[in-house]
Formats: sequence, C-alpha cells, structure tokens
Amino acid sequence: MVKVFIYPATSLILSDMVARFGHTPLSSAVAIRERIQTPGLESPPLQITPEEPKKGLKWAAVEVPAGVRGRMSLYGPMVEAAEAAIIINDADLSFGCMGCARTNELIKFQLREKDIPKLDLNYPKNDEEGVQFVSAIKKFLEGLGGAK
Amino acid sequence: MTAYTPVHAGTVTKYVIVESFDITPAELAVRGYEISKGAMIKETCFGLIVNGMEEEVDRIVTELRKADPDHIFIKDRGFPPGDARRCRASLGGARPGYHGIEHEMTVIPYVSHGLEEIKKRDESTIPPPKNPLEHHVLAIDKLKKLMEAQES
Repeated sequence: MVKVFIYPATSLILSDMVARFGHTPLSSAVAIRERIQTPGLESPPLQITPEEPKKGLKWAAVEVPAGVRGRMSLYGPMVEAAEAAIIINDADLSFGCMGCARTNELIKFQLREKDIPKLDLNYPKNDEEGVQFVSAIKKFLEGLGGAK
Repeated sequence: MTAYTPVHAGTVTKYVIVESFDITPAELAVRGYEISKGAMIKETCFGLIVNGMEEEVDRIVTELRKADPDHIFIKDRGFPPGDARRCRASLGGARPGYHGIEHEMTVIPYVSHGLEEIKKRDESTIPPPKNPLEHHVLAIDKLKKLMEAQES
C-alpha cells in the first residue's frame, strides 16, 4: 500500500478513490484525529497548541505568519510521508482565509518540488469527464503497485 | 488552562456517504447495526458515521459498501460522532466541513457514473482528462486575425 497525499486534504472523492483502489489516503482527518486523541492541555476546537507554529518552522520560515506554520505542522509531516499525490486544481472548497490560502499554496509547492508520482486533475463537469476522471485515478493508482 | 483527556482514544471514525437511488441511510444504518460488534453508528441525513476500533470499522464499512459499491463513498473523520466541538447540535448552523461535502456531492453523480462505466468499457479506449497545468498559448494566426479585426 502506497501513502497517497490528497489535495484538497479534506476531499471525500479522493479519499474514497485512493482507499477503494487499495492505497492509504493521507488526509487532514488523520492529522486532526492524532491531535484530538492525544492528552495534554485543553485547546479547542482542534487541539492546536502554541507548540504547533514552532513545529511548523520545519516547513515555513519564521517570517511566515503563525497561522500558516500551525497548519503546516498538520500537513508538513504528511507531505514528507507521501509516496504519491493526487491534486485537484479547481477545488473551490479549499477556499478560506489568507492562512488557508497560503498554506494551500505552500502544500502544492512542496508536492511539486518532491520527486514523487503526481496526478493533476480538475473536478469532472459532466458524465464523460467523470469516466475520464475515474479512469485516470484508477490507472495512476494501479501504476503505483502494492495495492491491498 | 485545563488538562485535556481525550474520549474514544485509539478509535477511528469514518463517514459512509450515500448517493444512491436504491438504498437510504436508514436502511444502511439498520444493516450496520446488524453486523456491528461494539462499534458506534450514527445515522445522519447524508449517510452514517461509524466509530470504533480500526479493524471493526473497516469491516463494517467494507460490508456496507457492498450494498451499492458505485454510490457509497467512505472518508475518514477526525472527531468522534456527536463531539461538542463539531456537532451542529451544540454549535448551531452547518457543521464545519459540511460545505466541502456539500460541494463534492454536486460532482459525485459524475464519479458514480465513471465507476459504473469503467467496468463496462475497455479502459484503453478512454482518453485521459485534460491536464489542468497545460496553459494554451495564443496561436499567431489567431492573434493576426484579432489584430486585423481590430484595424478594420
């Protein structure tokens, strides 16, 4: 099983497709679960503590706002662990504040810099594009090998 | 600051999202309760939330998917069902994250169609989708035509 980073990291479709074709999706839910299941100090709602922007320094410079560094402490380890990536380029649902927008740019930049197989797609807009979308993902994931 | 003690530690939570003409979330929930051995299953308007130990949740969701494989979608969730930090019963309004699912639900019928079609068609005949990173440059002859149209 190959660890596949999905962008948007909250995508239902990509998460399902990756698991359906026998690989492990790396999504934000996994990173959030890790934090909310770890005992420590109460920091609702996501258990993001002042430690997270410090951890984020590994992926973003100190001049970068703490919001981006805090988010990168969730996504950075997953980008590092990723052995492949599927990126949807017209994902309006990942729209957010500047923290989200800059984090999204940084995630995409780091994925493109990384020497791993990547698949770039847009969301399908009709039935025929749906067939091409599913077929492309299936071929990409089968090409990675090691499916469960 | 107060100490934080997690609940349901060591468990996983998964969404089972139903976009099917043949099965409703209520029917799927009944099926889930039948095969569950200690997992928590919550029925929602869009499907189910299943919480429990990883092997048990995987077994349940794999079994539930068999009811309509091309129209049932599964995704991980960070929070357990009914968590006050996420549940709209305590927050009011749509749950954060719902809008993402709502957006993707508009695309999912095409994906379901794709999943059905790739079983019927020869995959080598399906063309690849357009590469979104390709930027088409303006052709010289088209530019000339535009300039001529502007001049005349």
